Amino acid sequence: MSQLSHLDELEAEAIYIIREVAAECEKPVMLYSIGKDSSVMLHLAMKAFYPEKPPFPFLHIDTTWKFKDMIKFRDDIAKKLGIEMLVYTNEEGVKKGINPFDHGAAYTDIMKTQALKQALNKYGFTAAFGGGRRDEEKSRAKERIFSFRNKAQAWDPKNQRPEMWKLYNTKINKGESIRVFPISNWTEKDIWQYIQREKIDIVPLYFAAKRPVVYRDGNIIMVDDDRFPLKEGEVPELKSVRFRTLGCYPLTGGIESTATTLDEIIDETLSSVSSERTSRVIDNEAQGSMERRKREGYF
Amino acid sequence: MKGLLKFITCGSVDDGKSTLIGHILYDAKLIYADQEKALELDSKVGSRSGDIDYSLLLDGLMAEREQGITIDVAYRYFTTDNRSFIVADTPGHEEYTRNMAVGASFADLAVILIDASQGVLVQTRRHARICKLMGIRHFVFAVNKMDLVKYSKSRFDEIVKQIEELKNELLLDDIYIIPLSATEGDNVTVKSENIPWYNGVPLLQYLETVDVDSSEEEEGFYLPVQRVCRPDHTFRGFQGQIESGSISVGDEIVTLPSNEKAHVKQILMTDKDVKTAFKGQPVTITLDKEVDVSRGCVITKDTNLASYQELTASILWMDDEQLTAGKDYLVKLGTKTISGIVSEIKYAVDVNTGEHIPADSLTKNGIAVCTILLAEPIAVDLFSKHKTLGELILIDRVSNMTSACGVVDSVEEKADDAKKASFVLGSLEARGDIFEEFFYDTSSLNVLKYQPVKETYTKGDTIPVEGESYKYPDSFDIIVLRDSVAVKVRDRKITDIVPTSEYSYGGVPVVNGRGFEVLADSNEKIQQFLSEYSNLKSINDADFFAKWVKFDTYRKIAIQNR
Repeated sequence: MSQLSHLDELEAEAIYIIREVAAECEKPVMLYSIGKDSSVMLHLAMKAFYPEKPPFPFLHIDTTWKFKDMIKFRDDIAKKLGIEMLVYTNEEGVKKGINPFDHGAAYTDIMKTQALKQALNKYGFTAAFGGGRRDEEKSRAKERIFSFRNKAQAWDPKNQRPEMWKLYNTKINKGESIRVFPISNWTEKDIWQYIQREKIDIVPLYFAAKRPVVYRDGNIIMVDDDRFPLKEGEVPELKSVRFRTLGCYPLTGGIESTATTLDEIIDETLSSVSSERTSRVIDNEAQGSMERRKREGYF
Repeated sequence: MKGLLKFITCGSVDDGKSTLIGHILYDAKLIYADQEKALELDSKVGSRSGDIDYSLLLDGLMAEREQGITIDVAYRYFTTDNRSFIVADTPGHEEYTRNMAVGASFADLAVILIDASQGVLVQTRRHARICKLMGIRHFVFAVNKMDLVKYSKSRFDEIVKQIEELKNELLLDDIYIIPLSATEGDNVTVKSENIPWYNGVPLLQYLETVDVDSSEEEEGFYLPVQRVCRPDHTFRGFQGQIESGSISVGDEIVTLPSNEKAHVKQILMTDKDVKTAFKGQPVTITLDKEVDVSRGCVITKDTNLASYQELTASILWMDDEQLTAGKDYLVKLGTKTISGIVSEIKYAVDVNTGEHIPADSLTKNGIAVCTILLAEPIAVDLFSKHKTLGELILIDRVSNMTSACGVVDSVEEKADDAKKASFVLGSLEARGDIFEEFFYDTSSLNVLKYQPVKETYTKGDTIPVEGESYKYPDSFDIIVLRDSVAVKVRDRKITDIVPTSEYSYGGVPVVNGRGFEVLADSNEKIQQFLSEYSNLKSINDADFFAKWVKFDTYRKIAIQNR
């Protein structure tokens, strides 16, 4: 009798969850952020339904401030796999010129949280897969795999539905929805090891390369296009950097690194002394900020 | 390196569960530097005492920090040189018992904390009982706060006695008892010098070495079907996770509840063709012939699994709204979601003493044994025999709340009938669903049906054409599509049983396998009906049935109170 490895078990759990949603939920969608966790999710979805294609579309919330490499990667992978990729941008926010430099927390709210809510409403999705992991942040560690959202798409952390064994309750009333996190139990190390084992394509930004960067408030920020307002005397330097998480380029801190292969990345990750979300500028704002955003409808 | 260990910490309020786990993570340098920084900062801002408050590592919700308690289960992931762990830290307050049960359903081992100055409390007993109910077999009792009782051996011995009593009462098989102090770090990750009289190992060492794989293998192979994969008309695969045993190409399987036999044609382990697949693997299986299988059915091999309509379960009530006998819920069991009535609460269980108490309702956090009547027979077994087919939740039909979870203790033995065919001639067999009674249940306000005791009929036998909810003509034909068999009845007597391929219209009314009139009055239409059926993508196609059959020609819905 063969014994499943740790990664096999995580894969089986995620596939079970993805199939349950496809079988029971009326109109599912998979959120696709182009990052490594999303790449793993997409890969799992392709495996879960083979020889069928995933019976749901993918949705990318484009804030218009993503790294250029991310957008190219998104379009290439959708074409290669033949999946339906929806892209949604909060045009209202674009018109008002909302940007990460001048609007801080409001930017995240308008271009991410509100955009996501608008997109889910527009298409009438009843269940949305997300790539959240419980090891990322303390309020995520408390969230169920099937996380219920009320009509205002808000999370009520004090009153979560019990979730027993593999018996996921997918019942909702009209207007309500569920966020589903199939890789809840994966750690960052699991993600990298799975990417390596399965040879999953990821955005090149995860690998070290010489990139133009500036140093701000302890973060290394890449100057990805000429919309980046340089401060007086600030000159982008070419440094060998890579990114542990990917988001909007002005809000994503890189790390100095020479890791250009998956092996080197895994080595760096294992010996790393800071958890990955520290390089996300928004997470460090205030204690409980993630929970607050989730209550308001952030993924 | 040992395999992954999933465990929970539980026990009463303020027994120090979060502090214990926080301390393990901290001591073993298992927290990232920035979390450590956040922890120290947090402690200065809002801790209950002055020192580092390890529980802040886990109590991640704002309400938890404000109230200084754990509300919901937190999952933490860590790896030592010897093992990987997932720990679910669960709340101690009675109010949040259901969240503790969520953690218990996921774990292989429970660390139950006991405050040395308090001893075994009602909440300790409640948690131990729920862990046992949810199937946990391995227990560590961590007698915490030994520093507060001056590391007294005699105090520890008193508590050991209380634990032994609990062990005997709940029939716990594997227990280990450790005296420790989570705040002081005694016997947490290193052996304590303050407790020289303790000869065992510290907690972390025990968790690194304990063997939880010893649980016996379940009988045979079973796969609850999650979905049918149908990319085109040439491929029909059943997708799901193998819950026990193994399956190979060419094996003969039995489907439940339809009880059909077929052979495995192909096995896909996700996207790869394999010859054999094992327990735990997500697979897609194709068979060598068409069978009546959809989501919620179970594919089995070498098991005694069968279908049942009535079962007895031990349940934990988790809803603010109380359970009342006679109410109808959605029951989710395996991959099947089905209507069911909690027909009787046999007794409630006192969480403290284990005493059986007569009850006709059950409130939040209560445990009871009840009988559940399902709308139709489904594959189900005892929790102790085939775990996945013995776990269930009850969902409230209005609020959609997961109202209860439970495990199956026994099943009603009338099920063997379900296997018996009603019409038999030589090798031809057909089911007799035309004798099912449809009724409106006045206590659950639902339309349900049941199958009276089954008889087997063959050529020459007289059949009952009238029941409580049906009245067929004296002469008619029955086409049982799922078995591809037609039965001819003249003057209430069976005159012939033939394969549908040899059937032609005989000028008498025709009903389908469930006794619904088939809207066909010529041989041409009958052949069209049969050919459309054989080309259906799903045998549950509502459009097909809406077009071809009529319920109320020979049937009606009776009114009953079961």
